[in-house]
Amino acid sequence: MRVTQGCFSFLPDLTDDQITAQIQYCLEKGWAVNIEFTDDPHPRNTYWEMWGLPMFDLRDAAGIMRELAECRKIYGDRYIRISAFDSTHGWESIRLSFIVNRPKNEPGFRLDRQETVGRNQRYSTRSYAAERPEGERYS
Amino acid sequence: MMQATQADAQEATPVDTIDLRREFESVEIAPVLEQLDRELVGLAPVKTRIREIASLLMMERIRRKMGLATTFPTLHMSFTGNPGTGKTTVAMRMAGILHRLGFVRRGHVISVTRDDLVGQYIGHTAPKTKEVLKKAMGGVLFIDEAYYLYRPENERDYGQESIEILLQIMESQREDLVVILAGYADRMEKFFQSNPGFRSRIAHHIDFPDYSEAELLTISEMMLEGQNYRFTPEARAAFEKYIVVRRTQPLFSNARSIRNALDRIRLRQANRLVSRLDRVLTSDDVMSIEASDVLASRVFAKSEVKSETKEEAQS
Repeated sequence: MRVTQGCFSFLPDLTDDQITAQIQYCLEKGWAVNIEFTDDPHPRNTYWEMWGLPMFDLRDAAGIMRELAECRKIYGDRYIRISAFDSTHGWESIRLSFIVNRPKNEPGFRLDRQETVGRNQRYSTRSYAAERPEGERYS
Repeated sequence: MMQATQADAQEATPVDTIDLRREFESVEIAPVLEQLDRELVGLAPVKTRIREIASLLMMERIRRKMGLATTFPTLHMSFTGNPGTGKTTVAMRMAGILHRLGFVRRGHVISVTRDDLVGQYIGHTAPKTKEVLKKAMGGVLFIDEAYYLYRPENERDYGQESIEILLQIMESQREDLVVILAGYADRMEKFFQSNPGFRSRIAHHIDFPDYSEAELLTISEMMLEGQNYRFTPEARAAFEKYIVVRRTQPLFSNARSIRNALDRIRLRQANRLVSRLDRVLTSDDVMSIEASDVLASRVFAKSEVKSETKEEAQS
């Protein structure tokens, strides 16, 4: 099951040219661009591992694309996303975030139902991939 | 817009004929070159080389449109010359030229020295250098006094690590980044000898000559004009003498020394004006620099002392 998080996730995967154009847009807006990766696709897993530091004061997307290529070399079997942070007063948050790399095989989520007091049901979702230890989930 | 032209050059079907004049005017390179001629005094060989490079790149651009270009040209440069001969200024202009011709995407200049590239402990250098390179992507990386990167006397120096990363990027990302190295001629020569990789990756070596005395005077007058000052005829004559004397003294760094001298002259002029409070100043008073402002310089005092001691020795 295809994970849909962040921008453009219902579109076909972006090509490198399209990613470059998106990053350039972020840079022109003055946002700091980050590369993050994870192998836990649960939607509540908000904080992903960062690849290096946030990249401030860049003018051109080429440097970020190079970092992304390096990140893919090592974590090519995980989810990688690009996020852009806007530091202007009043925003001070992520303005754009999109997935740029995903595992070949995405097994999807299981829905757990739990009987609880009365006739109530509790639901939780669990990623099939996350059943294995971290680092071995998609390899 | 630049991106569009770049994309056009790569993707459009090859054309057979190109109107050279229209092409020349469309990239608006002429104003940049004219500005270079107008604002930089002297430096004739440098200007010729820049014109040559601009023409070459112009042709390269046309060849790309015609579908004849095969590889991206190497644009890395090395500027050698004494201090204050305008290396940094020319580097800024070079970025403008490259940007107009579409050989760098953004046309900004990141100016760095050894401190910005080389770290203080193991594992500190690579991230630091990469950070700087990332910032320079799409523009020009200007490395001032590049020979400090390599310190042969210390084999554990981290400069070597920085050099290796630089060389790698200079080769693999030629489309994204132009590196300009600058420094004194003799030391750069030694630097290239010990790092042959750099020499082979640099396409253009440009040598900056020292300014003549007449050129230095023109420069000083241009600087004053920019700040709305002017020499009185006597002050001008005095400053001519000042240049002659200052050139023979140690640590003379061409235009930079002239700028510093002018700063000190302005200081003395201000002091002279303030020392007599009971009068009405005209704008002419405020603008003009008198001979006494120039002649009070330490440079003259030193040279007189020298000549006196010489005379004593002779007698």
